[in-house]
This record gives sequence, structure tokens and C-alpha cells, in this order.
Amino acid sequence: MAAPPTLALANVSKSFGAVRALRDVSIELFAGETHGLAGENGAGKSTLVKTLAGVHRPDSGQVLLGGEPVDFAGPADAQQAGVAVIYQEPTLFPDLSVAENIFMGRQPRRGLGRIDRKSMHARTRELFGRLGVALDPEQPSRGLSIADQQLVEIAKAISRDARVLIMDEPTAALSGHEVTRLFSVAEALREQGCALLFISHRLDEIFTLCQRVTTLRDGAWIASEPVDGLTHDDLIRRMVGREVATLFPKEEAAVGEVALKVERLTREGVFTDVSFEVRRGEIVALAGLVGAGRSEVARAVFGIDRWDAGSVTVDGATLPAGSPTAAMNAGLALVPEDRRQQGLVMDLSIERNIGLTGLRELRRGPTISRRAERDRARDWALRLQLKFARLADGVGVLSGGNQQKVVLAKWLATEPSVLIVDEPTRGIDVGTKAEVHRLLSELAGQGIAVLMISSELPEVLGMADRVLVMHEGRLAAEIPRAEATEESVMSAATGRAA
Amino acid sequence: MGGLSLMGRALRWDVLVASLLVAVFVAGSFTTPGFATTGNLSFALSDLGEIALIALAMTLLVVAAEVDLSVASVLGLSSALVGAMWEGGMAIETIIPLVVLVGAVCGLVNGLLVTRLGLPSLAVTIGTLALYRGLAYVVLGDKAIAQFPPGYVALAVDDVPGTPIPYPIALFILLAVIVGVVLHATGFGRSLYAIGAQEQVAFFAGIRVKRIKLLLFVVSGTVAAFAGVIFTLRYGSARADNGLGIELAVIAAVLLGGVDFDGGKGTLGGVIAGVLLIGLLRNLLMLGDVSTEIQSIVTGLLLIVSVLTPRLVSLIRPALKGTP
Amino acid sequence: MTGPTTTVAAPPEQAPGGRSARSRVDLVFRARELSLVIALVLLIGATGAVNPNFLSGQGIEDILLNTAILALLAVGQSVVVITRNLDLSVGSVVGLVAFVTADVLASGWGLVPGVVFGVAIGAACGLLNGLLVSFCRVPALVVTLGTLYVIQGVDHYIAHGRQINAVDLPPALLSLGNGSVLGVPYLPLITLVCMLLIGYYLRSYPSGREFYAIGSSPEAARLAGVPVRRRVLTAYLVSGCLAGLAGVLWLARFGTVIGDSANGWELIVISAVVVGGVAITGGVGSVYGAALGALLLTTIGSALVVLRVNPFWQQAITGALLLLAISVDRVLAMRVARLLRNRSRHG
Repeated sequence: MAAPPTLALANVSKSFGAVRALRDVSIELFAGETHGLAGENGAGKSTLVKTLAGVHRPDSGQVLLGGEPVDFAGPADAQQAGVAVIYQEPTLFPDLSVAENIFMGRQPRRGLGRIDRKSMHARTRELFGRLGVALDPEQPSRGLSIADQQLVEIAKAISRDARVLIMDEPTAALSGHEVTRLFSVAEALREQGCALLFISHRLDEIFTLCQRVTTLRDGAWIASEPVDGLTHDDLIRRMVGREVATLFPKEEAAVGEVALKVERLTREGVFTDVSFEVRRGEIVALAGLVGAGRSEVARAVFGIDRWDAGSVTVDGATLPAGSPTAAMNAGLALVPEDRRQQGLVMDLSIERNIGLTGLRELRRGPTISRRAERDRARDWALRLQLKFARLADGVGVLSGGNQQKVVLAKWLATEPSVLIVDEPTRGIDVGTKAEVHRLLSELAGQGIAVLMISSELPEVLGMADRVLVMHEGRLAAEIPRAEATEESVMSAATGRAA
Repeated sequence: MGGLSLMGRALRWDVLVASLLVAVFVAGSFTTPGFATTGNLSFALSDLGEIALIALAMTLLVVAAEVDLSVASVLGLSSALVGAMWEGGMAIETIIPLVVLVGAVCGLVNGLLVTRLGLPSLAVTIGTLALYRGLAYVVLGDKAIAQFPPGYVALAVDDVPGTPIPYPIALFILLAVIVGVVLHATGFGRSLYAIGAQEQVAFFAGIRVKRIKLLLFVVSGTVAAFAGVIFTLRYGSARADNGLGIELAVIAAVLLGGVDFDGGKGTLGGVIAGVLLIGLLRNLLMLGDVSTEIQSIVTGLLLIVSVLTPRLVSLIRPALKGTP
Repeated sequence: MTGPTTTVAAPPEQAPGGRSARSRVDLVFRARELSLVIALVLLIGATGAVNPNFLSGQGIEDILLNTAILALLAVGQSVVVITRNLDLSVGSVVGLVAFVTADVLASGWGLVPGVVFGVAIGAACGLLNGLLVSFCRVPALVVTLGTLYVIQGVDHYIAHGRQINAVDLPPALLSLGNGSVLGVPYLPLITLVCMLLIGYYLRSYPSGREFYAIGSSPEAARLAGVPVRRRVLTAYLVSGCLAGLAGVLWLARFGTVIGDSANGWELIVISAVVVGGVAITGGVGSVYGAALGALLLTTIGSALVVLRVNPFWQQAITGALLLLAISVDRVLAMRVARLLRNRSRHG
């Protein structure tokens, strides 16, 4: 192509403390082209997006705009330059109206520089018309569904006449026809000469929408190439750096009696009538699209959120609603999806984090025994092959994979009979990922009942004895291992299976 | 930004405040006659009693990322109640437990509003700051009640026999040891740090976050009410406006001691150094015949400096460059 | 987290669902100003029925004069609170400005330079707070608590027990405090003008909306390129200027000042703001609501006197109203959230 790329990164590196999020990464986005970005969680995709958006400044390397080096001092600069980003988590102002969200800082004016509300609302309606959305411009954005919030973000980008539109996993929470409509909007923008960067975990979507694709692995650039001629397996091999088949070693284990029994569990407006069982020695996967209510079920079972109806039984004992303490005492453990917010206290040391679930067991008289605390931490750190310098080090200095091991250690130390893991391999390197899988398999072999929530289909298909699929807050299907395929799970997850 | 360097910094902050304390003490003894005498120091300690006691409870709250601005008002309400009941002819032995119970209820109200409704403790305790002080005025108006039984007044004023330590300070030392052990060596203390640093993590780890917070507010109210009793007896005067504004000194001492206002960090040793530092400065200013206005300015400045310095250090620190 | 919906693809069902949820959300916010007005009417009616003097020209004028200064402070404070911050130093600024302005006026300055001087002192205090909060990122509560005591100390230091009396002040100033135009006293007029200007700015100007954006979601505001620090600084500057103006008006109204005017007013101001429907967590509310809150609190104070209730109840009632306001807000917000959650799934 003769014209310089609309937006590009050249040999960009970026570190956060000890973590090297991007290493010498380059990418070129051309006008009229949709560029895919593939990579596992933690590969550096979000950092790349934030660098393009002016949120992060590269430690070394350059951001190029129309071939010229630029230095975005902040998101405002990037926006000025025509870069619009739709983040994974929509960034709206909940208290302001949809129209204000779209036009913040660029409201249409009338005399004396005042906001022209009428024209703002009219233009919003017009934008929504183009997108085929039936939202009221004057509605506050608080309470919009994720899909609607994303459409507002897209309307915002369109209203800016963005030259570059970056979409960071926009389809994660969308249902089938919402995805179709999003794609037609993206396609239209591309034809108008916009440069698009599209990030998705669903490789199908990359193949459908994109002309070129760049792959990242562990913060490093692997390849940038045309999509034509590339196969799914090629792309996965680039992402994970090895053959898929060797990834998920679930060994057969003797299946025992029912350890976790969930009956007709309902939380109004979140999930409805969810019933399932997990037996000792089993790994049961809970699959579905983001927002289908999987994590919400796990949270309710563990007592983080209250349920409105139904019951949860662990080893025959019924749990009260809304008490994690009671759930723990009954033998439940939950490795939550968000390590930073829910799993670890980043300022505390490895041993203190692991000790947090055992404050009562570690007591000697009225005070905590530091020796017992350290022994517990050392014991589990060795069993999980944690890489660390000292147990007194803060967990913040560890890599994502090792942090996840600390979370696992923290929960395994409670010797649970039921282990719920929510996205256990999100954002960790490939090697550790395999270790986590081996560990889960081992635990099942030791007679623990494992309930695993995962958005990665290969992981689900490789690990699970049974797959429960959720769709819009309900259990849509239960698929035994033998019948679980990408197609059967996805069609249940998207509501196509009746 | 590693946990180690953070902890290292907190440690250094403790040490810094403690060394500042020593420096002020040394400077004071050379420059101000009558400062380094047992009598004066004993007086300075006794003058610090209520602030020191309340600071203990406040430390627990701030470590758990909450704050109680209503402590001075609870102190005032307690003082007013002591006065009104004493005037009404009740025995001091009955009055004291009743008043402390009222303090616990005041704390319970704060705690319930924070934990049940999920309101920010800042807003709640600004409201109860006005409410409890208002109730103090309702109880006692602008009267002052005096003439308390000398035996009890002596307990608030006199030194423990054979030592230069006033009884309230002896109580403080006892409580400080208990709070120190609770905060730094028990599971409860570990829970507080976890709650303050990352409340969700604590909740996910099965720690009863709400119950613990509720308890902290009750403790804070109880201690403040008891401090009100001491204050009343020490000055021999029950007034509705007793202790007006001392929440500032308490919070200044806690923050000066290196407890992070956002929770999760700090040590009791630092807080004790902070309390003593503020006490010594006040005493020096008083001996130096500096007006109370200047004392107010100094306390205010100390408060600002104590929160500003760590932030400035972290802003300047090149190691933090580029952190999101 | 709300789940995905199928409603987007089915516009006819979406629209009514969305609209009714919206009207309910709206209702919650409108309801505040409405319920304030109702409370005021009931209060005034009941008090007037017991003691008709309450409704006399003099009685109403007193309420208006007393409200003027509080409402002015509430307007400034609400600008700060809307950005999810707090300014506890306003009471002490009023005291400082009242005294130093009296000092310079008594020493022979003209009215206009005196007023400008007073507002400038207020602005300087606001600038100090704003710089500390926005650029040094120190928690607003702690900083303004600190400056509250510093400013108060400076005030007492300057005053040093002195008292400046009405006879020392230029008559022009005093007539500002007591005079009226067409029967309406100047003070409430000044407040009204400030309130309308700021209210109109916040509602109708792009930069005004950014104050709400910051309070609603600071992170989103940063990503949207809103100059967060500058706006927060401006909010404190506005609050400081209005506190300065309030100090001058205080002087004009009372004529006599000592070193602790408006001591402890920050609490009443914050109560007025919160009672007036400005969320302490930012992003919601209006200066009109805040001014209504100030009017309500002042009226309660006057009614207590007229009804011969122990006037010491006033502070307790102020605190109780603040608690009531934040609790009601919270409960309503939880209800609305639940409503929206259910709607998003079943709508």
C-alpha cells in the first residue's frame, strides 16, 4: 500500500513495574481496512489499545499518525487526532443522559456558546437511526444493558467522525443478532475509509470481519499477516505457541457422590431457575457468553450475592443465602474472576494473602502464629511451584500466573470439598496455564468437586466432564463430554439450540 | 510498585515521625524553660488524654478505610449527659455506665447507617457530628455543671501513685497495648488491613466485613463517650460544647502517624508517635505563650502536611512513572 | 452487572420499557425538589397557623435575609460536591473575609475595593484548596479540614479579640445589608443572581456539564478528555469566591464582627446541599436544589423560634435532616437499580 498507515505503533515497549506488558510491538492500521488483534488474555492487547488511545505513553518506540511520530499526552490528544476507542468496559457517565454521553465536550452550540439541547437530541436520534437503535436520547445511561452501552459508545465514535475506531472485545456481551448488526456498522465505517482495529476472543469473528490480523503472545509481537489463507489452527498456534491438542490434560477420575447441589436458584433480573449438581472427582464447566450470568451464579452460590429463591447444598448441608463465611465453613472455595479486585490484596505479602482464608486456623491462643502462617504459605507455594523470592514479598511483584497460583493456594489451603474457579487461566502465561490445568485435574483426582467457569472454549472442551451452558440467565443445555464440541456449546450459548 | 517498597516506606514514615518527636523534645528542652520537667510533661500527657484514647479507636477505623468525624460530638453529648444526670441527682456510679452505653448506641447508629445502607462514613458522620452535638445542646443548653465528687475528679487528674503518669494516660497505655496486639498480631487485625486495602478481597475470603465495621463504630462511640466522662471530670465542668473540634486533632494524629486515609496501611506505633508529637507541640506553643490561634494553625498545617508529604513523594518518585 | 438483552433487536418493546424506567429515574430527582417545596409549604403553613406573625412581612424578610448567606454558600458548595469533592473550609473563609473586610473598610477603603478585596481573599482560599485537591491529589476532606483550622486560626490571629462595630463601617455597606429594591432586600437578590448564573452555566455550557461528568465517573471523564484537574480547581475557586462574597454580605447584614463569624457553618452548608438533593457522591443535583435546602433549614430555624421550641434543637434537626436525605437517596437509588435490573432482563 502506498499511503502511510493512518495509525501505527513502531517497536513499542511498555512496562508496569516488573511486568513487561509490551515488548517491541509494531502494528499498522490502514484506512479502509479492519485489522484483527489476536492473543490470549494477558498477551498485551489491552495495553496496546491504551497506548494507541493515548492513555499510556510508550517507554520506547513510537506512535505514528499518518506516518508522522506523535506524542499523545493524554486521551484528549488521541481523540483530537481522530482515534476513538470502545473499551471492553464501557466508560459512560451513569448520571448523564445518553445524548450528553455521546457529545460530552463537543455539544452542538447555539448563541453565546450555550449547548443546543434540541439539536443534540436530534443528532443523537439520527445517529441511533443509522445504527438501528431504539434508545431515548434523554434517558440516563445508568441502567442500560452492556449491549446498549456499547451502542452508545459506537454512536459516540461515529459522531466524532473518527478516522480510527478501536473496538476492544465489543462482542463479548452481545447476542447473535446484536453482533450481526455491530458488524454491519463496522463494515459501513470501513467502506467510508475508517481504519478499524478489532479485538475478539472469538476467532470466527476475526475471520469474518478482518482483512489482516496481528498476533501477540506474552507481550511480544508474533505476526501480522493477511487473514486469507490462514486457518483457525494457524492462528491458535501463533497465540499459544504450541499445538492445541497438548494443552488440556484432564485425566479420568473416579466420580463419587454429589458434593454441590444447586436447586432452582434464582436472583431476580440476573439468573433464573438454575439447577445442577457437581460430584466428587468431576470437573463441570459453566460456559456461556459474558453476561449470561455464569459468574453471578458462582457468586450467589458462594454467598457473595443473595439469591431470591432456590437452595444450595454442600455435602448434604444447606447453605444460608448471602454468607461467604458459611459457604467456606461448609467446604466451598471460590477463586474469583478478578484477581486485583477480588482475589488478592496487592499491598500484602504472599504469606499474608494465603493466610487470609485461615485466620482462625492460624491462631495460637489469641494471636496469629507467624510460624504457622509462614508454614502454610511455604507448603502451598511449593506444591503449586510458585516462583517467588521471599514469602514476605508483596504479591504485586509477581507475574499474573504466579499471582493466580497465590489465589489458588489461598483457597486450596482451606481444604475445600467443592472448588469453584472463575476464569482460572485469565491473563496468565501459557506455561502456567498448563500447570493450572494439570492442578485442577489432580484436584479432581483427589476427590474434589470442581466447577469451572471459562470463556475459552478449548479449555472448556479439554477439561470438563460435563458442560453446563448458560444463556441469558438460564441454563440452556447440559452437554456430556462426548458430545461437547465448539458448535454444540456455542449454539446453546447463543440461544440457537431450542 | 511493589508491596515491599510500600511497606518499607510506611516503616520509614513511622521512624520519621518518631525521630521528629525526639527532635521536638530535645529542641524543646533546650529552648523552653520548664518544658522538660516531670510536672510539665505529666500535665502535657494529661492534657492529651482524650485525644490519645479516641485516636486508638480512630486508628482501627482508618486502617479499615472508614472514618468517624462524630467523636468530638459524642464526647460533648457524653459530657452534657453527665452534667444533666448529675444535676438531676443521680449517682456518678450509675451515670458513667449509662453515658458510655449512650456512646455505644451513637456508634451503633453510625455503623448501621454505614453497613446496612452502604452510605459513605464521611457523609454519615458529618451528619451525626451535627446531630450528636445538637443533642448535647438539647440536653444541657448553654449551662455548665460543676461540683463533681472529688474522688472521681482525682481519678481523672491525679497521677498513678509513685509515677508521673496520670490515670487516664495509664488507661491509655493499657488500651494501647491491647489495641497494638489486636491490630498487629491477631486475625482481627489482619482482617482490618485486608478490608482497608481491598474490601472485596476480604469479603471473598469469608471475613465478615460488615459486622467488623459495625463493631469498630461501636468501639469508637464507646471510647469517645468514656473520653467525655474523663474530660468532664478533668475540667470539673460539664458543657455541651466540651471537646468542640477535637476530631481534627485526632485525625491529624492518626494521619501524621502514617495511617493512610484510604485505608490498609499504618502502624499503631506511628499513631502513638503522632499523638505525642501533637501533644508536645501544643505544650511547647502554650509554654512559649503562643496564642491558641497559632495552635489551631499549627494543627491544621500538620494535618495538611501529613497527607501531602506521602503523596508528593509518590508523585515525584520516578519509579512510579507510567503506572496507570 | 446487567445481562445482555434481546430488546435492542425489538425496538417496539424497548422504547416503552426504557421510557418508563427513565421517567422513574427522573421522578426520583424531580421528587426531591418537589418534596422540598411541599415540606416548606407545610412548615410555613403550620407555623403560620400557630403564630400569624410568622407570615408577616417582617417575618418573611428575616427568613430571606437569613437564607441569603447560607444559600450563597450552598450554591458554591454544591459546585464542589457535584465534582465528588467537599469544601469544609467555607465557614472559616466567611469569618476571615468578614473580619479583614471590616478592617480595611474601617481603615477608610471604599465600598467597591473593599468588596473586591473580600472576594479576592475568598478566591485565594479556594485556590489553595483547589490546588491541594486537584494537583496534589490529597483527599478533599482532610485538606479542607486542615485549611478550615488554618484559616480560622489566621482569622482569630488577625482579630485578636477585637470587635469592629457598625459605626466604623461605611454606611453604603450597611445599606447593602438592610436596604431593598421594590420591597425585596438586596441580599437575597444577590444570592438569586449568583444562583441563576451558576445554575445556568452548569446546565447550558459544555464546560458546565463537565463538572457533572467528573462527579459521575472520574475515570470516564479522564478517558473522554475532560480537563479534570482544571474543573476541580475551578469548582473550589467558585466556592471560595462565593464564600468571600458571603463574608462581605455577612458584614453588611450584621454590621458587627468578631473573630469567629460563621464558625461551624460548614456543617449547615453541607446539610443544605445534601438535603437539597446534591448527591454527596457527585454527579447529581442542582444549585437550585441546594438553595432550596438552605431555605428549608433556615425556615426550620425560624419556625422553632416562633413555635417556642428550644432553639437548641436546630443543630440536631440539621444533622438528622442530612442523615435522612442521604438515607432516602440511597434507598431510592437501590430501588431504581433493582427496577432497572429486572427491566433489563424481562423488558
